Amino acid sequence: MSQRQVLQVFEQYQKARTQFVQMVAELATRPQNIETLQNAGVMSLLRPLLLDVVPTIQQTAALALGRLANYNDDLAEAVVKGDILPQLVYSLAEQNRFYKKAAAFVLRAVGKHSPQLAQAIVDCGALDTLVVCLEDFDPGVKEASAWALGYIARHNGELSQAVVDAGAVPLLVLCIQEPEIALKRIAASALSDISKHSPELAQTVVDAGAIAHLAQMILNLDAKLKRQVLSALSQIAKHSVDLAEMVVEAEIFPVVLTCLKDKDEYVKKNASTLIREIAKHTPELSQLIVNAGGVAAVIDCIGSCKGNIRLPGIMMLGYVAAHSENLAMAVIISKGVPQLAICLSEESEDHIKAAAAWALGQIGRHTPEHARAVAVTNALPILLSLYMSQDSSEDLQIKSKKAIKNILQKCTYLPALEPFLYDAPPNILKHVVGQFSKVLPHDSKARRLFVTSGGLKKVQEIKAEPGSLLQEYINNINNCYPEEIVRYYSPGYSETLLQRVDSYQPLV
Amino acid sequence: MATLVSLQSRLPLIDCQYYYRNRTVDGYRKKEYKAAVKIQSWFRGCRVRAYIRYLNKMMTVIQKWWRGYLGRKHYRQMVKIQKRWRGFKIRKYCFNYYYLKEYLRAISDTNQAIREALEEFAEMRGREKKKADLEKEEKRKQNQARKTHYLLSTKQIPGIYNSPFRDPDPMEFEIRKVRAFQMPSAAHQIQQTDYEDLSTWLACTSKRSFPRSDILPPINRKQCQGPFRDIAEVLQQRYKPLQPTLRVATSINSEKDAREELRREEWNNRVHDNVFLPFSSFSKNEKYVPMVQTSTKYNGISYAQKQFQEEEPTKWMSNKTFQTVFPPFVLFDKYGKVYSRAGEIA
Repeated sequence: MSQRQVLQVFEQYQKARTQFVQMVAELATRPQNIETLQNAGVMSLLRPLLLDVVPTIQQTAALALGRLANYNDDLAEAVVKGDILPQLVYSLAEQNRFYKKAAAFVLRAVGKHSPQLAQAIVDCGALDTLVVCLEDFDPGVKEASAWALGYIARHNGELSQAVVDAGAVPLLVLCIQEPEIALKRIAASALSDISKHSPELAQTVVDAGAIAHLAQMILNLDAKLKRQVLSALSQIAKHSVDLAEMVVEAEIFPVVLTCLKDKDEYVKKNASTLIREIAKHTPELSQLIVNAGGVAAVIDCIGSCKGNIRLPGIMMLGYVAAHSENLAMAVIISKGVPQLAICLSEESEDHIKAAAAWALGQIGRHTPEHARAVAVTNALPILLSLYMSQDSSEDLQIKSKKAIKNILQKCTYLPALEPFLYDAPPNILKHVVGQFSKVLPHDSKARRLFVTSGGLKKVQEIKAEPGSLLQEYINNINNCYPEEIVRYYSPGYSETLLQRVDSYQPLV
Repeated sequence: MATLVSLQSRLPLIDCQYYYRNRTVDGYRKKEYKAAVKIQSWFRGCRVRAYIRYLNKMMTVIQKWWRGYLGRKHYRQMVKIQKRWRGFKIRKYCFNYYYLKEYLRAISDTNQAIREALEEFAEMRGREKKKADLEKEEKRKQNQARKTHYLLSTKQIPGIYNSPFRDPDPMEFEIRKVRAFQMPSAAHQIQQTDYEDLSTWLACTSKRSFPRSDILPPINRKQCQGPFRDIAEVLQQRYKPLQPTLRVATSINSEKDAREELRREEWNNRVHDNVFLPFSSFSKNEKYVPMVQTSTKYNGISYAQKQFQEEEPTKWMSNKTFQTVFPPFVLFDKYGKVYSRAGEIA
């Protein structure tokens, strides 16, 4: 009988431990409890339970620790300081799959907050065990370890290099080919985090044969998977021309264009980011995209979304137009300029407006045809107002000024230039008047229009120092007209006429 | 007079002097003449050279102008040709305007095609999604109807979806169509009992017969008044599980099964299935060693050979032996041929 009583004591204790650890794990799911738990010293209590005899208690304790560390980085630091990591790493190699999942969850939760914590995880040798877990049969274990590796590699290049050196990349590429969608997502996101830091890392990922599999998965129906895959491809393509060409060789065009029509906003954003990263390297790549009809698709995509989602698409148009005038003309005939003008006027964020201004400048700076196409859409007054207004950020002001200057230097479309005579500040006025002085001597209809619209009057009113470039332009303009008209419109002419009336001796 | 005399005295000298002077002058005359010629010729030469130089200069100027004019004329013609050539070259090879126009037109056609294709694609996706949503909605409704099947209206009592003052709700029709939702545990139990054998029959009986519900009876149930036994005891006795004897509990085939089991076991452990053949040639090759009693010249014991096997051929009806109706005893055929003599009697 006494033996049974003794055993009963132990059973009670075990039940108490199980209940405690399960309750803590459940409370840790709600953020408001975590402060209280932290103050009650839950870390020091959970630590010995990790070494408990009963496997369920170990697993639940690891799960609770993971949830706590996930919440904020003080707790994660406490996990690191409490020397829990070596124990976790050791048992990660030994135990069953539930424990492996929970331990990988703890490593992920600690590693996600800051590079120092991630470095601490690397220092205690967790990378090798995590890579071993990537070869496990259970897809849940693979997912947890891939997630942990991805979060560690996210912070900076050295950590990514450490992850690559542990041999994770070929296993991640194998994980991408697994049938479970969640595992594919996580593996794609881990590859994206690894390749974003430097060209060498991206090359390592490419050498493992990732591009072909990633390109196949673009056609998958799951939206979150597509997000990660497109993000991974764009991180690979952004570093150099060779990598971008390799991505293009995987025959992503025109399949990628279907992703631009997806319902999910972030899929659209990542797809346009990918196209932008490819287009920005060389004119040939941009030509390829234009020939595949990518410009039209991107313009439609810009039209259908709002805010930050549009930004990569706008930048892509700018990059394409910047390479050569034929490409800029291609952008114009795809009806890109009205769309950009709409973005410029509609958007509220300054950086998006700056990007749209820059793109318009790149389109309009090549030849008078291009400048005319930009000027017709009435974008120039908007650019001017953005330049002049005080609440635009400095970046926006600089970009709109450059865009205005670039377009004005080639613009011969006079109806668009006339409003500038009235509002523009002197440095821009100089260019405007210069353009008039270039066009007016040759075009008689334009001269007539200039007079009737009151432009000549305004030009007379401009004060310029004699000998300056502005004065020279004004003289050029005045030389296009007969003297009477010039005198008629010069300021103070009515006074001189009246003075003549005063001093006139009437004929008797 | 004096002068005249002097002069007359000099007269004859004059001839000599005249001739002398002439002679001497002659000597110089050539020289002087040559000198004068030389000087004059040199001077004339200078003049002419100056003139020639002057002419040369003029000639140079004129030729300069003329050559310049020619060159310029040539240049203008060259420029015309080169102008035309360069224009042609640029238009044809470097920047072919019409090619560019064609290219831009092709681009805009491609754009149009891509836009249409993408529209179609998006539409198709939208339709698929809508269909999936509709199907999900249908399923949900059906599930709901199955779960709330008890709300079906009966003849006496109209259900809540079948109000007498209004048209019946579509849910009513839905409920009428579907079949009732059964709890999954009962279905599983029915499936399990199909393939019962005796070992789990006991468990089955106890589950099936004892009335079990999820809700236990209340603890503080008042004892019914009267001479009733404790209900727990009663139930225990009523639903006592079967405790069969060992004979009943063993199956009728258990002996046969056990034998089969043994045979299988033995078959497993055998090295090969060929039956050990008797060393038949062993006995064939053996030379017959007759018994000591029979190999004497004296008459052997005829006790076993002859007396029981007495033959009188004269009494035989025919030469043929008896027809065998029953199969011969295999065992008796082996008599004397089986290699082991263990167990034989003498």
